[in-house]
Amino acid sequence: MPDALTRRVVITGLGCVTPVGNDLEAAWDALLAGKSGAAEITLFDTRDFGVHFANEVKDYNPDSFMEPKEAKRADRFVHMAMGAAKMAMHHAGLKPGLYQPERAGVVFASGIGGIRSIEEQFERYLRKGPKRISAFTIPYLMINSAPGYIAIDLGMKGPNYSTVTACASATHAIGLAMRHIQLHEADLMICGGSEAGISILGLGAFTNMGALSTRNDSPTTASRPFDRERDGFVMGEGSGALVLEALEHAQARKARILAEVLGYGFTDDAYHITSPDETGVGPARAFSQAIAASGLKPTDIDYMNAHGTSTIFNDRTEAKALQMVFGDHLSHMAVSSTKGHTGHLLGAAGAIEAVFTVRAIETGMVPPTINFTTPDPECGGIDVTPNQPRRREINYAMSNNLGFGGHNATLCFGKFRG
Amino acid sequence: MSMSREEIREKVIDITCDQLKVSRDQIKDESAFVEDLGADSLDIAELVMEFEDEFDLEIPENEQGIRTINAAVDFISGKATK
Repeated sequence: MPDALTRRVVITGLGCVTPVGNDLEAAWDALLAGKSGAAEITLFDTRDFGVHFANEVKDYNPDSFMEPKEAKRADRFVHMAMGAAKMAMHHAGLKPGLYQPERAGVVFASGIGGIRSIEEQFERYLRKGPKRISAFTIPYLMINSAPGYIAIDLGMKGPNYSTVTACASATHAIGLAMRHIQLHEADLMICGGSEAGISILGLGAFTNMGALSTRNDSPTTASRPFDRERDGFVMGEGSGALVLEALEHAQARKARILAEVLGYGFTDDAYHITSPDETGVGPARAFSQAIAASGLKPTDIDYMNAHGTSTIFNDRTEAKALQMVFGDHLSHMAVSSTKGHTGHLLGAAGAIEAVFTVRAIETGMVPPTINFTTPDPECGGIDVTPNQPRRREINYAMSNNLGFGGHNATLCFGKFRG
Repeated sequence: MSMSREEIREKVIDITCDQLKVSRDQIKDESAFVEDLGADSLDIAELVMEFEDEFDLEIPENEQGIRTINAAVDFISGKATK
């Protein structure tokens, strides 16, 4: 292994804005209590749509994290990114002045960025003509407005960009942020993702693809990962952020270390633009790479936060990959998908799920897969931690996400040992 | 248009407060949008758009004179009485 890659990277801060809670404590409590955030959509009128519910973030006020003038110039996905990032920094005990700006960076993901702003401005164009298209339209829609605004606010002048791989976007962001620290390109990175895709085009298009649950009469039981009665995913929105630091940087400032980021695996199916290769080989390779990069064996893994979207395609493919890589060890490890609670946050899914995975390591609690009533024989042998959280020692845990485009991205985290 | 100068001034101040997120008591007639009220080039573009929309007129792109609240009210009053 090249010398540079031996640099250890630790997590010192977590933040999130989710459909089940607008901060880490609220979200984690809701996960353990098995609460779903799904309800009737309030962001726009869904009368003519086939699906009327989603996992919206409720009562979120961006003015707590941004100047009102800045908030006015940014899309909802940036509002939530800023909240998650600043709460993670607060959690880490960091603020400008406590780090060298040139050695601090941001990798922040989104799948579709400011799609609601695109719709609004196009509607303005149709109504009032081209001269009334807002001068803020480009920063509204740019996915990289999230890392851009975070950098401005926190004075971070190191590596800064977005990753865009649909539902694996944030997972890539976290892996690459770790890499920048390993390569000595930064000592401190904020990483994660944000999504606010519950919009006319988002809801309409996912509905027409047949990807969404149509359980309009029971939103809170609609997202049921790995359950045989599932009928599609439930759209979610929100943001998650992690503060990563070089171990010596964290120790020098006597930071509380929550866990260590050990490695990642990134692969692609090279198969179909929206359907996974159902052999499961693509995600299996990502799992194996993440485990190997972490210097571990499959039998070392105690918990996996699975992508588990509650679509037949995803859940069965992911189950095959789990069976392939972990074999008999599946009876000794816990698996769960927190999308039963939160719905699917698309490009931010990997961010909040990494946050939850780290929290699971830290607290020794596995969040459950809710709405699990009928096992799917195709997902056999996997202990999905049905409906109730479980206490167990977690030394090593993984978080996995698959994205349209055939992207498979897996992260491996470990309990910190000095 | 039959708006008085005072009515135009009130509207200009309303729009400026809303666009630049400043409070009314921060605004004086001689306040400059950029130097005193913190506007950048994107804010100016938005302000001009809002003035055009509200008063149903066109402000030419090279209209450099509208630097202050007073100048905006003068320009709009002049146009509006033509």
